This record gives sequence, structure tokens and C-alpha cells, in this order.
Amino acid sequence: MNLLIINGRVVDPSQKLDAKLDVLIEDGRIARVDKKIKSGVDVFDAAGLVVTPGFVDLHTHLREPGQEHKETIATATRAAVAGGYSAVCAMANTVPPNDERAVTEMVVAEAARHGACRVYPIGAVSRGLKGEELAELADLHTAGCVAVSDDGKPVWNAQLMRRALEYCSMLGIPVIAHEEDANLNEGGVMHEGYYSTLLGLAGIPAASEETLVARDVILARLTGAHLHIAHMSTAGAIEVVRRARRAGVNVTCEVTPHHLALTDQSVQSFSTNLKMNPPLRSKEHRQAILEGIADGTVDAIATDHAPHHFDEKNVEFDLAPFGVIGLETAFPVCYDRLVRKKVIALGRLIDLFSCGPARVFNLPGGSLRQGSVGDVTILDLEAQYEAAAPFVSKASNSAFIGEKLQGRAVATIVGGELRYDRRVHAAAAPAKSAAKKKSKR
Amino acid sequence: MRTASSALRSKDLLGIEPLSPEEITLILDTAEGFKEVSERPVKKVPALRGQLVINLFMEASTRTRVSFEIAEKRLSADTLNFSASGSSVEKGETLIDTAENLMAMHPDMIVIRHKHPGSPKMLADRLPASVINAGDGAHEHPTQALLDAFTIRERVGRLQGTNISIVGDIAHSRVVRSNIHLLTKMKANVTVAGPPTLLPMDIEKMGVRVVHSLDKAIEGADVIMMLRIQLERQGKLTIPSLREYYNTFGLTPERLRRGKEGLIVMHPGPMNRGVEIASDVADGPWSVILEQVTNGVAVRMAVLYLLGGAHMEGA
Repeated sequence: MNLLIINGRVVDPSQKLDAKLDVLIEDGRIARVDKKIKSGVDVFDAAGLVVTPGFVDLHTHLREPGQEHKETIATATRAAVAGGYSAVCAMANTVPPNDERAVTEMVVAEAARHGACRVYPIGAVSRGLKGEELAELADLHTAGCVAVSDDGKPVWNAQLMRRALEYCSMLGIPVIAHEEDANLNEGGVMHEGYYSTLLGLAGIPAASEETLVARDVILARLTGAHLHIAHMSTAGAIEVVRRARRAGVNVTCEVTPHHLALTDQSVQSFSTNLKMNPPLRSKEHRQAILEGIADGTVDAIATDHAPHHFDEKNVEFDLAPFGVIGLETAFPVCYDRLVRKKVIALGRLIDLFSCGPARVFNLPGGSLRQGSVGDVTILDLEAQYEAAAPFVSKASNSAFIGEKLQGRAVATIVGGELRYDRRVHAAAAPAKSAAKKKSKR
Repeated sequence: MRTASSALRSKDLLGIEPLSPEEITLILDTAEGFKEVSERPVKKVPALRGQLVINLFMEASTRTRVSFEIAEKRLSADTLNFSASGSSVEKGETLIDTAENLMAMHPDMIVIRHKHPGSPKMLADRLPASVINAGDGAHEHPTQALLDAFTIRERVGRLQGTNISIVGDIAHSRVVRSNIHLLTKMKANVTVAGPPTLLPMDIEKMGVRVVHSLDKAIEGADVIMMLRIQLERQGKLTIPSLREYYNTFGLTPERLRRGKEGLIVMHPGPMNRGVEIASDVADGPWSVILEQVTNGVAVRMAVLYLLGGAHMEGA
């Protein structure tokens, strides 16, 4: 619960900090950030490393309960801390879905028992994710849900979306929208464009996302509620959000590492590890995402970590499930594409990984200010390696296998505890004492 | 047998896209030699004697499957036909498991037809056997494009500079994609025609002209290639009715008479008479549709020989 991190370059965009400083964590909270701190507690020497507020992933599929053959809360959170994440938000589309308090409580309890990092559940918008009637949103919120979403499918009924937004504005939590028009998408497995034509694969048009983003932004304006748009992948969606924010609409958004790094051109390999929803888009859309990141339209980078079993992906492209894992490769991929390629500075990247996501969902963390939770990520920006299976995650459906990467987390600290330390090549199991305590909110 | 541009670079034929113009010419030249075999009283050569070819047809097919089987038999290969119905596939076996089990019996070549694009590549990446794509979804159907090119070369005399219009359901056709690859590589001029609902996005980036009128497609064309309209498309938001389709894009003698002298009409089959093509056209003087079928055997013999037999002879 106590730790002193010395000699590191502290980058904390929440305080516009970028300097060589020490960070002292006491009783699980940031006690001081200063030069040459002296203390009797355990010391982590971060010489040559970068010290940042812990990463927060707004969009993780833990697969538990119900699909433990793909991933579990234990394995996903170990992958998370290996990727530098001290907190993940767990999507609701488990089996059964997180549409009632009992499921939320199970996730919270399992995370406390076996979770390597903090887990914030996201509740369903509708009962059974069916898009028909509201789930018990207040009950879900009371049980610990930090947002609600039917992610995996859109809220197709505009009236239901309106009511969810209104109701959640009372609770002070965002509605996360997964935007796709199922009719426009019919049968689609990749982005509709030149490459879908070339490959003869059914296309998912950009308009499928853009039309629903436009609708929901209009509903956010109508209700004044907070709309958060998940995994935005298209130029049109970025433009709609950019304009809406200028007009004062309460809309935030996230993008994924794979959408900002890859394009539909790579699907020519027919690799099922390049099949996800929304799909990899054309280079024009990718460019628009980079612009949205650079100009501040994008609030957060979220992984949409979607583990699948090897057998499920080892089939024809048409038949494979959508989704790729991302927790372990998110930072190096984004560091390469955004910072090393000079789209943004390191501070802005840390903002997108930590401060931004914490701010958007109003979560603890995202800052090294005195009194903040003692969640810290320590990065080695020089480490070079190749992404390869096996991953810490139970799954290996990564879009980046074989990619040369640079930069990664060497340590992840949650509430002052070292939960991951690459120097010992294994995720440290959560201490017994921590398991019994509820994570501080 | 000619050995000028002597061999194909890949062990597989997954599509036309990866082929060079020289490889295409090699296959077509080789097919010319094989065409004569089918006209002999004893229609058999020993080129693939002792080789096992498995025809893995995961989707219904008559013409292509029969054509491959005849080609294999005329080359003296041992052949085995495997179809999805009545097999382990119906018991839930994956394509990869099916293929690996077949591979364990040491076939030299696998001919695969499958409704999912990329499935031949999946097998080719994993198996030592030569894999021949006999049609994968809307992706490619390379031997169809080769037999079409063979027929055009025979009838028109050349591919370069020839004007070819392909009409119909461009979006869902593997034949059209393989033909566009082949014909543009060989410097023919390709036009595609159909209602916008049956044209896939960015098709013009494949190097073709796009028109929405059958008359414009016929104008100046040396070859009209008609595509089948899948009857189930009717009422699926792509065409209002088959009747309306025939009225706007159905190929009739009246429309053809406005075309160039010597114009030929092709169709990969199966045809829907009275939908995309009038019987007077299908059975008329313009039609080379049955020649295509005859040439299909010769072209497939050439492909099988070049992938399976040529290197054996050289060894």
C-alpha cells in the first residue's frame, strides 16, 4: 500500500507535469510528487523510465460470466496490468449479460478475489441486451456500474435510447453507444470499399456507423445527457462529434488502437485476427481518426479487448466472430503510430490512456495529484520487441502478431501495490490483504 | 508441350490477381495443346498418372465439378469427389480439419469450391498439396476467367485491345472479379454494366468503365459477357422484379443487332433464360456459351498439368 517511485520522468497531463520527480504513495493514495523524496517505504527505481497515472481502459470484454473458455476476469486483468492498465471497464455482453444487480455483484466480487487491477462494471441499457425495455439502471448503478451500454449491438429503438439517456442523466453516468445500422450492415464482415470489392467479402459501410452517431448526437442534444460513443471508426462520425462538441452537446468518444493503426488493405491476408466490428476502415477514415486525436475531438483510446478462443477464429473469414484482443499491445502500437510518428506529444498520449478515460466516466485515477488513488504505470519507451503469442491474455487473437513494437509497461501499480513487474516476468498475484478490501471509489 | 515461360511461380492457383501476364499466357498456350486431346478417339494422356486429385466441393456445382473431373481423368489422375452434403461437414467438422484429414491420405492436388472467400488460401497456407480455387464466394473463379480468355482469344484472335462488356450482378460475382483481373492484365478494355444496386463500391478502381445501360455496354463491344441473376435477389432490395430486370438489362436479339459486326455473347452459366438472356440469344449465332464449356476442360487440364505434372516431368 506504500511505495516510493524514484528517479523517473513523471508525465502527468492532469497537472501539466513532465519532469524528473519522485512519487510517494501512502495508504494506497498519492501522498507527494516532489524532488528527492525520503521515506522508509519500499522503493521502485524508475531511472530511465516514464512514470504516469495508471491507464484506464473504457472498453474491455472480460467474458466472465459465461464464456470463460475465451477469457476470465483473472486472465483479462492480468493482461491489463501487463499492458499498463490499472483499471478496466467491463462490458455488459457476458452470458448472462450484466443487466441486473446479481451479475454486477458477481463481477465485482470476482474482480476483488482474482482481479489484478480495478474492474468497473458497465451495465446493460436494456434487459437481455434485447433493445426492448430498460434494464434496472439505478439498481445497476448502485451495485457499481459506472456506465451503461448494449455494446455488441446498437440501441436500435430511438425512443429507448432517448429514455436511457434521460434516465442516466439522473444517475450521472454516461450511456455508451455502439453505433451500427444492422440493415445497412447486413451480412457484412469488413469495411465496404475497394478491398471488400476486391475480396468479394460483404461490406459494412461507413454510413452504418455515421447515421447512428448522427441520430444519437441529436438525442444527446435533446436530453442534455452524456452520450459516450464507443470505438468510432469513420471520418463522418468524427466530424459529427467534432461539430456537436463545438455546439455544446455533451458527447464524448473513444477510438481503438487497431482503427488508428491499421486499414482494410491488410484484410487481403484473410486473417481472422483482422476481423472486428466496427471493421478496419480505409486509409481516409484512419487519417480522420488521427486528426480527431490531434485536435482533441477524441477523449480516450480504448482497447475493445475482445478475446476469442483459437478454435473460434481458426475458420473461414466469414464465419469467424468479430473482435481482437488489445490490452497488451495498445500502448506500444499507439506510441509508435501517434508519438514516434509525431501526430501528438507523449503528454497527449498519456491523456488519452489515463486522464481522458478517467474524466469521461468520472472514475478515480487519471492523475498523480495528492490524494488521488495510488495507480501508476511505469513505461520503458526504448524497449523493442515483436508482438507474439502466447499473450498474458487467455486468447491470442491479436491484430498485431509479428509487428515490431517499441515501448511498453514495465510496472503497473494499483493502490500502491506493485501488481505487475516485468522484471520478474510475471503478473504479481494480488495480495491476500487487498482481496478482502473493496476498491476505494 | 510448350515450355517457353516454363512454369507457374506458385504451387497453387488461388486467383488471377497474383498471376503475371506471362503466366496467364503460359496457361492459355498450354490449354491449346490439350484441347486436341479431347477430340481424339482415345481422350487420355498419362501426364498425371499416379497422382491423386481431390475435388472438395463445399457448394453446389455441376459444370465446374464435372469439368475438373473430366480434365483430371483425361490426364490419367486418380480422382476423388468430396461434397459437403452427406459428409463430416454436416457433423460439424471445420474446413481445416476436413482438409487436414484428406491431406493425411496424401493427395497431390486439392480442387476446392466454397461459398466463403479466402477458403482456398486457408488451405493453401496450411497444406503441402497444390490448391486450385474452383470458386470462393464472390472472390475469384480463376479457371472460369481462363476459359473465358481462351474462348475470346480463339474467337476474336487476341485479348489486347479487345472491348469486353460484363453485364449483370457484378456485386456478387466471382467470375467478374477474376475476369477483370485477367482482362486488365492482358490489356483488354473492360466495361461493367448493371443497376447501381448490383455494382460493388469502388469497382472502377479495378480499372474498368462503369455504365448503367445495356445499350451503352453493347456499343463498340467485341464481347458481351452476361452474368446470372440469382433468382433469390428478387425482392431483396437489389432489383424490384425479374420482369423489370429483363426489360432493362435482358439481352435480346433486337439490342444485339445494334452492336458491332461479329460480336460474341458469353455466359458462365447456369443461365436464367428470360431473365438476363433471351433464348434467341443463348441459342443464336452470337452465342459461344457451349464453346466455353468445351474449352473449360482444356484450360483445367492445362492448370492441373502445370501445377501437378510439369514439375514431375522436369524432375
